[in-house]
Amino acid sequence: MAKLILSLEGSVIREVPLDKERIMIGRKASNDIQIENLAVSGEHACIVTILDDSFLEDLGSTNGTLVNGSAIKKHILQNNDVIEIGKYKMKYIEPVVAHKAGQTSVEDFEKTMVLRGSAGARAPAAQKGSADTRAFPAASAKPAPAGSGAAAAPAAAARPGEAAPMAAIQLLTGANAGRELELTKNLTTLGKPGVQVAVITRRPQGYFITHVEGANLPIVNGKRLDAQATRLNDHDVIELAGVKMEFFIKT
Amino acid sequence: MIDLSAAIEIASATHTGMVRSHNEDTIAADAEIGLAVLADGMGGYNAGEIASGIAVTLITAEMKKVLAQRPAADLSDAEAQLLIGEYAAKANAAIFQAAQTQPQYSGMGTTLVMALWYDNRMGVGHIGDSRLYRLRGETLEQVTRDHSLLQEQIDSGMISKADARFSQNKNLVTRAVGIDPDVETEINSYAVQPGDIYLLCSDGLSDMVADEDIELTLSSLKANLALAAEQLVQQANDNGGRDNVSVVLVRIVKDFPARTGWWEKLKSWFR
Repeated sequence: MAKLILSLEGSVIREVPLDKERIMIGRKASNDIQIENLAVSGEHACIVTILDDSFLEDLGSTNGTLVNGSAIKKHILQNNDVIEIGKYKMKYIEPVVAHKAGQTSVEDFEKTMVLRGSAGARAPAAQKGSADTRAFPAASAKPAPAGSGAAAAPAAAARPGEAAPMAAIQLLTGANAGRELELTKNLTTLGKPGVQVAVITRRPQGYFITHVEGANLPIVNGKRLDAQATRLNDHDVIELAGVKMEFFIKT
Repeated sequence: MIDLSAAIEIASATHTGMVRSHNEDTIAADAEIGLAVLADGMGGYNAGEIASGIAVTLITAEMKKVLAQRPAADLSDAEAQLLIGEYAAKANAAIFQAAQTQPQYSGMGTTLVMALWYDNRMGVGHIGDSRLYRLRGETLEQVTRDHSLLQEQIDSGMISKADARFSQNKNLVTRAVGIDPDVETEINSYAVQPGDIYLLCSDGLSDMVADEDIELTLSSLKANLALAAEQLVQQANDNGGRDNVSVVLVRIVKDFPARTGWWEKLKSWFR
């Protein structure tokens, strides 16, 4: 189960488990998390939890709700997010789902499963993985081990090439000789469409050049490429559609 | 029969990915009859690939038989939609039955996305979270809408599209082939244009590679479809390859109108 760690000016006040679908935060006594402070609105914010996801929503509060320093209206909570309401801070800790011993292997992680019936009605059963596992027994086997969050969730966060150093192409001949082209994208195409085109791909392992179209294949350091991707090294000279250019790693 | 292979070009790639031990995706495409099918199986042991295999094999074989009698290019929207619905239902029945009668297949199922090209149009049927995208000009658009919990959350405004990639609930589909005795296939028809590129993919691509990167890859490599397919799979794997990755790319090379003249129709009667 996910939880919030409530603190004021650096000292921890208490832990609040997100054990209800909807947890209200505000100044009034009716809230699940009551904060008696004039900077906090009567009903300030709420957290809705569905399966393993918790959503924080500001309920039109006067002074706003911050997550990691920026104001939000609605936010899907990630492990270690810090919510700020008035002077209070709440750290969101992701649930660590215990695997049923022996039944779960790494392979079961994140497998596609069918959710039957309405989402709301099904949710508790799916999380407990108890009675209603007829559709897919693996329904309980979706752990979110602490620390794996960053690697698991955002495919976009682990963009390829972020590990690769910056590189650029400088034209050596032709009308634009001397011009430099930074390889800022994962894919950069070079050449003339319809005549000869090659693509440079940025991958975690480095930069690769591949022939895309045209009767002639590109030449690297005087050697004609085959149809396979070829790794580029610093100061390689590429010849393409009659133009020479140099590949180099930027420091 | 009319051969569509002059009008459409197809390239495909499928890969186990970097984490899974086997590939439960199945793909098939046939430019002659203008058909592409992709299924992402699920269920323990090897049942996932059995389910996706049954769906794809059954649909392609049956479609081939029917379209040999009745060329796809001549179909109307209603006829194409009927065919898609009929064979998706047959695949559902076959998988459901196998799962019911053989304990090792119990609980297996699969997602499905299929497209049929006819008369300058395309019929699309899908169930689950396998997708069809269209690149027209430089713009990529998602044509199908997932049958998943996450999509329902996006639709109800609970989570924004931009936040969706951080969701932990990506893997829950609300519809699948072979789980229940009946299944509802979502079927739509669209006009196609020469130059369009269609992408059928499993969630192993769409979860691992952002839409902008798919768009960049397709628009910069559209001259070389096979390379584009390979490149997409490679990007998914470079990003972690947490699931099987499959892509089918279809390029509309030129128009393929139905034969409308009376003489053409008469001629086809006597063949």
